[in-house]
Amino acid sequence: MNALYQIFIEPFIFMGEAPDLLIQTIWEGFVSGILYALIALGFVLIFKASGVFNFAQGIMVVFAALTLVGFYSMGIPAIISLILAIGVMFLLAVTVERVVLRPLVNQPDIILFMATFGITYFLIGLGEFIFGGEPKVMITSQLYLPEGRTNFDILGGFVTIQHIDVAAAVIAIIMIAVLGIFFSKTRIGRALRAVADSHKAALSVGISLNQIWVIVWFAAGIVALVTGIMWGARSDVSFALQIIALKALPVLILGGFTSIPGAIVGGLIIGIGEKIGEFYWGPLLGGGIETWLAYVIALIFLMFRPQGLFGEKIIERV
Amino acid sequence: MSFRNLTIGAVAAAVVASSAAVTPVVAQEGIYVPLLTYRTGAFAGSGIPIADGMNDYLTMLNERDGGIGGVRLIIEECETGYDTTRGVECYESVRANNPVVINPYSTGITLQLIPRAAVDRVPVLSMAYGLSASADGNVFPWVFNPPATYWDGASVFLKHAAEVEGGFENLRGKTIGLLHLDAPYGREPIPLLEAMAAEYGFTLRLYPVAGQDMQNQGSVWLNVRRDRPDWIYLQGWGAMNPTAVREAVRTNFPIDRLVGVWWAGGDEDARAGGAAAAGYKSLNFHGAGADYGVIEDIITHVHDKGLSRFPRDRVGDNLYNRGIYNSMLVAEAIRTAQEITGKTVVNGEDVRRGLENLNVTEERLAEMGMEGFAAPLQVTCADHSGHHAVHVAQWDGERWTQLTDWLEPMTEQVRPLIEEAAASYAAGNPGWPERSEPCDN
Amino acid sequence: MIYRESGQYKTSYSADMAVFPLRQDRIGIFVIIALAYSMAFFGSNFMLQAVLIPFLIFSLAAMGLNLMVGYAGLLSLGTGAFMGVGAYACYKLMTIFPGVNVIVWILASGFFSAAIGVFFGLPSLRIKGFYLAVATLAAQFFLQWSFNRIPWLYNYNVSGAIEAPLRTLFGVPIVGPTATPEVRYVIVLTLVIFLTWIASNIVHGRVGRQWMAIRDMDIAAELMGIKLLQTKLLAFAVSSYYCGVAGAMMVFLWYGGAEYNVFNINQSFLILFMVIIGGLGSLIGSFLGAGLIFMLPIAMGIVLPAIFGPLGIRVGAETIEHLRFMILGALIIFFLIVEPHGLARLWQIAKQKLRVWPFPY
Repeated sequence: MNALYQIFIEPFIFMGEAPDLLIQTIWEGFVSGILYALIALGFVLIFKASGVFNFAQGIMVVFAALTLVGFYSMGIPAIISLILAIGVMFLLAVTVERVVLRPLVNQPDIILFMATFGITYFLIGLGEFIFGGEPKVMITSQLYLPEGRTNFDILGGFVTIQHIDVAAAVIAIIMIAVLGIFFSKTRIGRALRAVADSHKAALSVGISLNQIWVIVWFAAGIVALVTGIMWGARSDVSFALQIIALKALPVLILGGFTSIPGAIVGGLIIGIGEKIGEFYWGPLLGGGIETWLAYVIALIFLMFRPQGLFGEKIIERV
Repeated sequence: MSFRNLTIGAVAAAVVASSAAVTPVVAQEGIYVPLLTYRTGAFAGSGIPIADGMNDYLTMLNERDGGIGGVRLIIEECETGYDTTRGVECYESVRANNPVVINPYSTGITLQLIPRAAVDRVPVLSMAYGLSASADGNVFPWVFNPPATYWDGASVFLKHAAEVEGGFENLRGKTIGLLHLDAPYGREPIPLLEAMAAEYGFTLRLYPVAGQDMQNQGSVWLNVRRDRPDWIYLQGWGAMNPTAVREAVRTNFPIDRLVGVWWAGGDEDARAGGAAAAGYKSLNFHGAGADYGVIEDIITHVHDKGLSRFPRDRVGDNLYNRGIYNSMLVAEAIRTAQEITGKTVVNGEDVRRGLENLNVTEERLAEMGMEGFAAPLQVTCADHSGHHAVHVAQWDGERWTQLTDWLEPMTEQVRPLIEEAAASYAAGNPGWPERSEPCDN
Repeated sequence: MIYRESGQYKTSYSADMAVFPLRQDRIGIFVIIALAYSMAFFGSNFMLQAVLIPFLIFSLAAMGLNLMVGYAGLLSLGTGAFMGVGAYACYKLMTIFPGVNVIVWILASGFFSAAIGVFFGLPSLRIKGFYLAVATLAAQFFLQWSFNRIPWLYNYNVSGAIEAPLRTLFGVPIVGPTATPEVRYVIVLTLVIFLTWIASNIVHGRVGRQWMAIRDMDIAAELMGIKLLQTKLLAFAVSSYYCGVAGAMMVFLWYGGAEYNVFNINQSFLILFMVIIGGLGSLIGSFLGAGLIFMLPIAMGIVLPAIFGPLGIRVGAETIEHLRFMILGALIIFFLIVEPHGLARLWQIAKQKLRVWPFPY
C-alpha cells in the first residue's frame, strides 16, 4: 500500500510543492531532448537515403567538434575554422562513401550496420591519435554563441535558463525546418527520397547513387558538427559524448527511423520523460535510472507501435 | 576469394599467432618501475598531468643523478584507461619484468591487486588513494597509502567545515552532500562520513554519478537543488570534476562550500567553471606552482632536453606536481631499500621494506629542492599511511593557493575505524594470510 | 592434399551423420586437444594468464553470442550484461554455499543468466532486427545499473566490487589469488571443451536447424510448424547460458574480481566484433574471431615497438591504444568487404584450396 502511495501519489505532491523545480526539470529535459534529437537527425538522414543505420553518428559528432576546436587551437580564426571543419566533414563523407559504402553496395543491412561499427572504432582511434584524449573546451564565444544564464525568480523559487540552451533549441528547430524543406522542395531532396525508396528505380531514372550518398553523409556530417558544437558548449568535448549517442536509438524508435519531425518529437518525449522519471521516481529505485529509462520507454513503445509515431509501417515481403 | 586476399588473411593470422609465442622482453640491468597510467578515455584529463609528472621526476633522476644509488631506473608506461580489467592486464604484463613497486592510480585496480600483492611479492603504492583500510600495515603488509587516506581527507573536510560554521556543534542539523563517482574510488569516504554523521548529527546525502554520465550531471544537480546541502564534498575524477564545478556555478551553489578531495583539485577542473569558480576549494598535501627547486631541476634536465611530453607552460599544475610527489615517494622508497639491504639493484621485497621505513625529513626535503613543496613524511610497520596533515587550497581564478594551515586529520576517530575495517576485510576473505614479514623499525 | 577424404565408407546412419565423419579429422581434433592441454606444462605464466585463458573465455562468450546472432539471427547488444549476471550469480552462490564445489556453481550460474535472457527475449516475438537490438540494449543498461544499485548482489561491500574468494578442488586452489595459472588454465580448457561439444551437438541437431530456419526466413519457418516464440526464447536461453558461464569464468578464473563497469556496453561490442570477424554462424569462427581480436593489442604491443623502436620513433602505450582502435575498425570494415562471412569462411576456403592443391580448383 505504501509502495503504491510512493509511486503514484507522492511524486505528484512533490511536483506541486516545488513548481520551480518542476519547470527547471522540464526545461532541462527539453534541452537534452533537443540535443538527442539533433543526434537522431543525423541517423535519420542517412537511414532515409541509404537504408544504413549509421552507428558512427556519435563519433562523428565528437570528431567534428574536435576538428573545429583543433583548427582554432592552431590559431585559425573561428569562422574559418568552422568552414574548414565543414570541409573536413565533406572529406570524411567522400572517404566513407568510397571506402565503405561502394564495396558493400548490395549487402544486407546488417552488414552495413556492422561496417559503421568499424567506422566508429576507426574514428575513435584516429580522433584520439590526432587530438589527444583530454577534454577540450568548445569555442563558444568565438562562434558568437551566447554565454551566461538568466535567473527567473518565479513560483517561490528560481529557474535558471542558460542562454546556450535557448540558442541550441533555436538552432535545432531551424535546422529541422531547413532539412524538411530540403527534402521536400529541392531536386536533390527528392532524389534522396527516391534513393530511399528503391536504389534500382533511382538508378534507372539516372540518379547517381554515389553522389547521393556523399551528399547525405555530408549533410549528416554538418548535423554532427552542429550537434558537436551545441553539446560541447554545454559540457566539454571529449570521447564520453560518443556513448551519449546511443541514447539516440530510443529517440529513433519513438519517432520512427525515417521521419525528421519524428526525431524531434521522439527526442522531446525521451528527454523530458527521462529527466522527470529520474528526478521524481528515481529516488524510489535508488537513483541513477537515467541510464536505462530511455531504453525501457522505447522497449514499451516497441511492443505496441514498432514503426514509431511517424515512421512508415514495416511491411514484410515474403 | 582471390589469392591476394587469402595471403593477407594468412599474414594477419601469422602475425597474431607469433605474438603468442613471444614473451615480453626481460628487463635489462636496472630498477624496473612500471607506471600504470591513462592518457586515453574519459579520465585522461586528470591522468595525463599525473602521468607526465611521474615520468618527468623519474627521468630527471636518471638524467641528473644517473638513477638512484647509481642504478638507472627503467620507466615504462602501461595504458589502463582507468579501466579495472585493463589495469589488471597491465599488471600481469609488467609482472614478468620484476617490478619493484606498482602504482595502479585507480582505486578500482588497487582493490583487485591487494590480494595479489602478497602472493606475487610486489608492493602496491596507492598514494592517497586505494583502500583506506590498507593503512593497517599488520593486515596489509604489502599495500601502502601515504600521506593520508580518504578517511583522513574526509575528516579534514569536516574539520574545515566545522571551522567555517563555528564549531562541530554547529554541524548538527546541517546537510552535507557527497558528490562522488559511482566507483570504488568515489565510495571510499562513505563509511567515515556515515560514522561522523552519526556522531555529530548532520545529515549525509549521497549523489553518485555514473562513469558514463560524468558529463551529463544535470539530474544530479537538480537533486542537489532539491536537498539544498550546506556543504558538498566532491570525490570526483576525470571529466566529472570540471563538469561538477561548472554545474555548481550554473545552479548557484555557493562555490566556497564546494570542497574537493585532493584528486578533485586539478587546474583544469577549477578552470572549467570560469571566473565564477573562484573560491572553489580542495584538499592538498603538496604545493602548487612551479616555484620550487625540484621543478627547476626537472625543467633543466627533462624539458630542456626534450624528454618531456608535458607542455612547458603548464608545469606547476596541481596534478603535475602530484605526479612528482608520487615519484618522489617511489624514489625515496628505493633509496631507503638500498640503505637497508645494502644492495643497489633492489627487488620488490626490498622496496617493500623501503616503503615501510620511509622517513622523509625536512632536511631531506630541502636536499631534494622540495622545501615548502611537501611536508615531512613517515611510514611505520603498523601504520602504512601515516595519517599526515593536509591543507585546504583555494582556487583564485588563476591558480591554487594555500588557504588554511596544515590540518591534522581526526586520527583518534579515524584510526580505530581503519583497524576495524581492516579486520573485517581479513575476516571476510577466509585464508587471508597473517603478517609474516618482519618489522625493521 | 595431406590425406584423401574419400574411401571411408559408412555403414550406419549415425556414422554417416557424424560431425567429424573422417577418421583423420577425429585424430586431428584429439591432437589439438592434447596440444592445448600440454600448454599447461610448456606455456609461460604470462602466456597462460594473459593470452590463453582470456582467449578461451572470450571464445566461449563469442560462441554464446554466435548462437544467437549467427545461428538464430537475433541481434543482441546485451552480451556484457548477461556475462555479468553469470558472474554475480556465481559470486552469490559461492558465498552463500561455500561448501559446494565452485565448478558446479560456475556451470549453475549460467542458468540464472539464461533465465534473465529469456525474460529480455520476450519482446523478440514482436520485434526483430535493429529493434531487437534496442531491446537488448535496455537489458544491458538496466542490468549494469542493477549490478551497481542492488547491494545484496555484492554482499553490501562498500566498494561495490566483488572478489574471488579462495576455493580449492582436491586440495589444489583453483580460485583466488593463490591459484596458479596452470591450474586455472586446465579448468578453463576443460570447461570450454565440454561446452563447445554441447554447442556443437546443439547446432548440428534439430534445434540448430530450427534456428537457422528462423534466421533465413521466419515466416516460412513458422509455416513449416516451427514454434517461433519457443525457439527464439531457447536461442536467448542457450546463448545467455554460455555468456553467463563465460562471465563467471572471467571473474573467478581470470581476473579474480570485478566491478559493475566490467560488464559495460564496450564489452558487448567487443564480443560482437569477435563474432562478426570470426564468422556468423560458425563455432570455429568464434575461436578465430576471439583469437584475432584478443591477440591484436598484445601483438601490436610487441610488434609496433619492434618496428618503430629501431627507427627512433617512440611508440607510447597510448599510441598503441589509438592504433588498436584504428586497426580494429579498419579490420572490421576490411573483413566485411572482403569476406562478410568472416575468418571461418577464410578457413574453409583455405581447406578447400589445400584439398585440390597444386591445382587452382
